[in-house]
Amino acid sequence: MTLRECYTALGGNYDEVLGRLRSEALVKKFVLKFLDDPSYGLLCRSMEEQNYEEAFRAAHTLKGICQNLAFVQLYDSSAQLCEALRGGAHPEAPALSRQAASDYQQTISAIRSFQSSLPQ
Amino acid sequence: MLPQSHKHTILIADDSEMNRAILSDMLGEEYIILEAANGKEALQVIQSSSADISLLLLDIVMPELDGFGVLAEMRKNHWIDDIPVIIISSENGASQVERAYELGVSDFITRPFDALIVHKRVVNTILLYAKQKRLVELVAAQVYETQVQSNMMIDILSHIVEFRNGETGLHIRHVHVLTELLLEKLNQKEDLFFTQQEISIISTASALHDVGKIAIPEHILNKPGKLTDEEFAVMKTHTTMGADMLRNLPIYQDKPLVKTAYEICRWHHERWDGKGYPDGLKGDEIPISAQIVALADVYDALTSKRVYKGPYPHDKAVQMILNGECGMFSPLLLECFSALSEDIRQAFADDAMSEDIHPRLLEVTEEMLHHENFSVSRRTLQLMEHERIRRDFFASLSEELQFEFTMSPPQLTISSFSAEKLGFPETVRDPLHDPQLLAIMGGREYALAFSDMLRATSPGSPVVSQDCLLHIGDSPRWYHVMARASWSSDEPPRYTGSMGKATDVHENRLQMATLERMASTDQLTGLLNHASARKQISARLEERPKGRFALAIFDLDLFKQANDTYGHLFGDQVLAHVAHQLRETIRGGDIVARVGGDEFLIFLEYKGSLEPAIRRIYSALCTDYGDFPITISMGVAEAILVGNQYDDLFRAADKALYSIKKGQRGKGAKYVFYDDSLSQMASAISPLDKGCQNEEGASKE
Repeated sequence: MTLRECYTALGGNYDEVLGRLRSEALVKKFVLKFLDDPSYGLLCRSMEEQNYEEAFRAAHTLKGICQNLAFVQLYDSSAQLCEALRGGAHPEAPALSRQAASDYQQTISAIRSFQSSLPQ
Repeated sequence: MLPQSHKHTILIADDSEMNRAILSDMLGEEYIILEAANGKEALQVIQSSSADISLLLLDIVMPELDGFGVLAEMRKNHWIDDIPVIIISSENGASQVERAYELGVSDFITRPFDALIVHKRVVNTILLYAKQKRLVELVAAQVYETQVQSNMMIDILSHIVEFRNGETGLHIRHVHVLTELLLEKLNQKEDLFFTQQEISIISTASALHDVGKIAIPEHILNKPGKLTDEEFAVMKTHTTMGADMLRNLPIYQDKPLVKTAYEICRWHHERWDGKGYPDGLKGDEIPISAQIVALADVYDALTSKRVYKGPYPHDKAVQMILNGECGMFSPLLLECFSALSEDIRQAFADDAMSEDIHPRLLEVTEEMLHHENFSVSRRTLQLMEHERIRRDFFASLSEELQFEFTMSPPQLTISSFSAEKLGFPETVRDPLHDPQLLAIMGGREYALAFSDMLRATSPGSPVVSQDCLLHIGDSPRWYHVMARASWSSDEPPRYTGSMGKATDVHENRLQMATLERMASTDQLTGLLNHASARKQISARLEERPKGRFALAIFDLDLFKQANDTYGHLFGDQVLAHVAHQLRETIRGGDIVARVGGDEFLIFLEYKGSLEPAIRRIYSALCTDYGDFPITISMGVAEAILVGNQYDDLFRAADKALYSIKKGQRGKGAKYVFYDDSLSQMASAISPLDKGCQNEEGASKE
């Protein structure tokens, strides 16, 4: 699997990110690093604990990272969730949270496939 | 790009490790990168290495302390003046951007990051700031350097003239010092005043007074014997020659230094009586600068060895000048000179003077560098000193402890009266850690609480006052402390210190306590009076609105007869006796009072049934006083029935009491509980409201 294919699978914009970061190596490095990023875990935990302030910050961070990596699909859902959490939980938050979870899983599994196709 | 040793340091404050890593990768090759995961960490890094950070990349949304919090703190500590900040954020709503710029942000980088843009902005911002910093340093160094050099040039030039004169090289210095001393002394006179700048200019220009001698032939200049008339005429031209040299300078004509030097050169041989040279000016036609230098010149000539004479001792020289043997000077100047005699002797005896040119120069330069507006003139200082003496005097009369506190440096200044009283120095450094001061305030927590109180004020209402115990002398005494916080005019305003006074109110407070007690009790019985009982009962009712409370009012059945038969004195004794019985009967929480005349009230809380309690009180009160049998009538009202308003309770109990008087309840009924059937009943105690509202208490009479 190529990096471009990985981006297609996770609903991202490969050309856009390459245009900004200007190096395939750099993009690859951060895409792989995304697997270890704690923001999503923090988001889930905070939602469970109904700590919406923390959840807002986590969603905000996740959104920022997705924006930087041009993970368009996950960016959209985390951005919407982030807005729904600004100043406490909006009634739509649970639904948006489920959407973000599904997009996150799709993104992660795409990156994992890409990772496993790399030469060891 | 830049050599290793000159790598700038960038601090990245972002809660996302990913984002920090991306930025770090974009910039890491050319810069040293420090990272902070939240606002607090960022401030810690800045504080620990403030001079080294060339740029802060700052996220807005962060835990612990957000980006705006960081900016506010940087502003408060003036770090923002030295460290440029670029905001990295997707929070770029117009209001956010505006707020960030107001807080001193240099630029924005928005997500998603574009490597080129990030790089460009960072480089530009760092270069701009570095350039600005270098310029500031350069200007400061230049100002200092210029001042030093110009003074040095004048010194060198003057010395050349002097060496040609065959003099020791000290004359210039002596004249300079003497001129300065005289100017400062003159400043203490009412009608003359020189700024520090003017003093500096005149004393510097004094070095040039003999510059015209460069044009005098050497055989005349250094002739050991008396000059002939012709020779003297030539010698005299050194004044106009010097002045002409300055007048003919192609540049600097409008500079105060050159103008002053001109005056001094030309007129330092004029005399007050008009018999000097070259122009024969008289009195105050002679510029003051020239008058002063002339006097300094004469004194130093007298006390120095010259080719034609030996040195005179100080006292002799002063005497000669004051006697008018060496020219005529203004009376004012002579007065100053005479007053300065001892200072001059000391200054000239001081060996260090020959070398010691620079401290003053440094002082002036420092002054220029650090005070944009250094017009703190001598007169202002004098006025301030006057004001200080006045303040101390009045403070000692009022016996107030007066203090002033400044934040930076943390220092407490107290008036000299206070210092004496407390056995303290007039200034205390870092007062919140001074054990002696903390002991007086009764511990650090009290000092901190007071400090917090001041910080909680605002520029609009900066005054606080509080009574507190101060441990001065053997036992603590009450003081009333009033203080005013000082706020800077910045936006937002900063707390910069406070000033205030502490007045001993110990005696007043004791007196007040006694008076308060006296005002609240009935003189005869020592029970509460009606007004204070009402206050206490209302408070109790309000405190526990659901409590089971009852109010009873009673009076003595045969009191009027007792008074009539045995006299008022006896009547008073009966009342005191009843009050005594009453006190014995009630329990701790009950309130009893004399309402007025022979009427009393009891306020009690009960559990279960009220009747047994009332019965117990009733029988305890119906005892004989000597041969006189005491019986009472009592009306009782319960809060659960009439509500928990004092006036309603009182009125209801009053009606119940009245029903006994009217014989409405069966014969022998001596206490009656209020119920709705009595609501139309009139009052036993007329007019209730009047009774409660003035301090006298209601009266049947």
